[in-house]
Amino acid sequence: MTITGNGQLVERTTSAGPWRAFLAVLGRDIFVTGKELPAFLAQVLVQPFFFLLVFVVVLGRGGFVSPDYGSIMLPGLLAMNAMFAALQAVAFPLVFEFSWSREIEDRLLAPMPIPLVAVEKIAYASLRGLVASVLMVPIGMLMIDTHWPASGLGPALLMVVLGALLGATMGMVIGTAVPPRRINILFAVIFTPLMFTGSVQYPWHSLTDLRWFQVISALNPLTYVSEGVRAALVPQVPHLPLWLCIVVAAAAVVVLALLGIRGFLRRALD
Amino acid sequence: MTNQPAAEVRELVKRYPKSPTNAVDGLSFTVERGEVFGLLGPNGAGKTTTVGVLTTRVLPTGGSARVTGLDVVADAVAVRSRLAVVPQRVNLDRSLSVRDNLIFHAAYHGVGRAERNCRADALLDRMGLQDKAKAVVDDLSGGQSQRVMIARGLMHRPEVLFLDEPSTGLDPQARLFVHDQVRELRDEGVTIVLTTHDMDEAQKLSDRVGIVDHGKLLTLDTPGGLIRSLPGCGTVEVTVAPGTESADELVARLIELPGVERVEQLAAAPPSGVPSDMPPIPNGPGRIAAPPAPAGVDRDIRLRLYVDTEPAALVGPVVALLGSHDAQVSDLSLGEPSLEDIFISLTGRDLR
Repeated sequence: MTITGNGQLVERTTSAGPWRAFLAVLGRDIFVTGKELPAFLAQVLVQPFFFLLVFVVVLGRGGFVSPDYGSIMLPGLLAMNAMFAALQAVAFPLVFEFSWSREIEDRLLAPMPIPLVAVEKIAYASLRGLVASVLMVPIGMLMIDTHWPASGLGPALLMVVLGALLGATMGMVIGTAVPPRRINILFAVIFTPLMFTGSVQYPWHSLTDLRWFQVISALNPLTYVSEGVRAALVPQVPHLPLWLCIVVAAAAVVVLALLGIRGFLRRALD
Repeated sequence: MTNQPAAEVRELVKRYPKSPTNAVDGLSFTVERGEVFGLLGPNGAGKTTTVGVLTTRVLPTGGSARVTGLDVVADAVAVRSRLAVVPQRVNLDRSLSVRDNLIFHAAYHGVGRAERNCRADALLDRMGLQDKAKAVVDDLSGGQSQRVMIARGLMHRPEVLFLDEPSTGLDPQARLFVHDQVRELRDEGVTIVLTTHDMDEAQKLSDRVGIVDHGKLLTLDTPGGLIRSLPGCGTVEVTVAPGTESADELVARLIELPGVERVEQLAAAPPSGVPSDMPPIPNGPGRIAAPPAPAGVDRDIRLRLYVDTEPAALVGPVVALLGSHDAQVSDLSLGEPSLEDIFISLTGRDLR
């Protein structure tokens, strides 16, 4: 590249530029989240709060579920919250940004490679999933009586991060594949099955007498996140081995990220 | 680097998947630094695709495209820092205020904090949007949104600004404002590539105009050059009451005049036309001597002369000739060719 009078500018925009643009776009997303903080908190905390309230407090009171159920469900909810908060932070905006609002265009014209725009979306959504999951901890601790070993906190955080990445990459695949007029079927056809076959509300090993559902659950990557968080925080409950959970979740993240970025490029470039 | 053209396409070809034909089919042109370049064409002619390639959003199937000397595929990231796009449809960030739209755009482009604050205020001021700085995008009118998008595009000091149909859907005031801004930007040395099918706009604003259809460049010249290139496009329309000679004889005499290419007899003069007792146009040596025709006369004929010179230069000879044959001229009007005539003559009248 020729460096002339404005060589300074050329240098900046071609080398340090992409990451600077990446951080600026991430900064925009965090700024907007800050402006809409109550909405963000409601979006990520109301649903898991009601899960705990009904399944643990209400049903536990009448003896319909065992007193230990809360300690099984809370790790599952941490996994679910990480994944779904991240998934929704990518999938819905993306569907609209590529069609109706076209807001994405200004980012696609920023001096950064197009895949980096997709990576930023994944990074931001994962952050959102992580925060959603971590914010759930004090709420859960107040509502149920459970004890976590300190040694499990690190692996649990790792699993939550993987869960957030899983949700973000899955959101990228969904958001670039679903046309806007089909968005209402996302809840029925994709979200609900994902939410209820992901070993969130039950340990996977408890399904040995319900083999077909166990197989379906094993196909949902969320299962490995839920089981992984459980393995780290409530090791006394029968669970899948932690290493398996890490490997499967990480592999799913890689595959979905590649598919999602490919879908993103297909939508971003003609 | 400044000696490189602002934009250049060479043998550009774009075929979309599943399409039987090329959207852009071997297009070549160069946009010089500092000019306003109008890209004209009917809907579906390939303008938007061409601009899409130049702005790195559409990948070419063949040929090459460069912006400020940089290849749009190989150097896409660098190209994006050199250009700005003002699209036809609003694509502002709806989660941000007007001012924050400008600020964050500049941040994406690596403009420092102090400079982007300062520049945002200056551009809001220039675009008459000071009191809209805190407004949300959804509350803006079409014209305001467009001004915000222009301001946003200018935040990172682009070398080339792509304006897509800049005045579609705008009221006349907003249109004129955008036109003034285009001229000012040009004076500041920003190259502007304008896509439009508004002939008036293209003629007013462009230094050069390229007309494309079916993905090919049909012609490329200054608006004036294009108009001059179309012979027989200027017209002189004349309404006369024939005297001793018939309409056909008058037509035969008029066609003999130098500069007249073709004479066409139009439908009879409209009844609501010029009053027949209106004084004849006094023009030159051949004053019309015939007495005024009786009121309500229905033998007026309308003739249209297609000329290949300045239509005004033929007024004298036409009136003189008709007068010398006792034909009384009651109305005469000149038609200058417009870019629209060129456009229609090149791209046809078929609906797209």
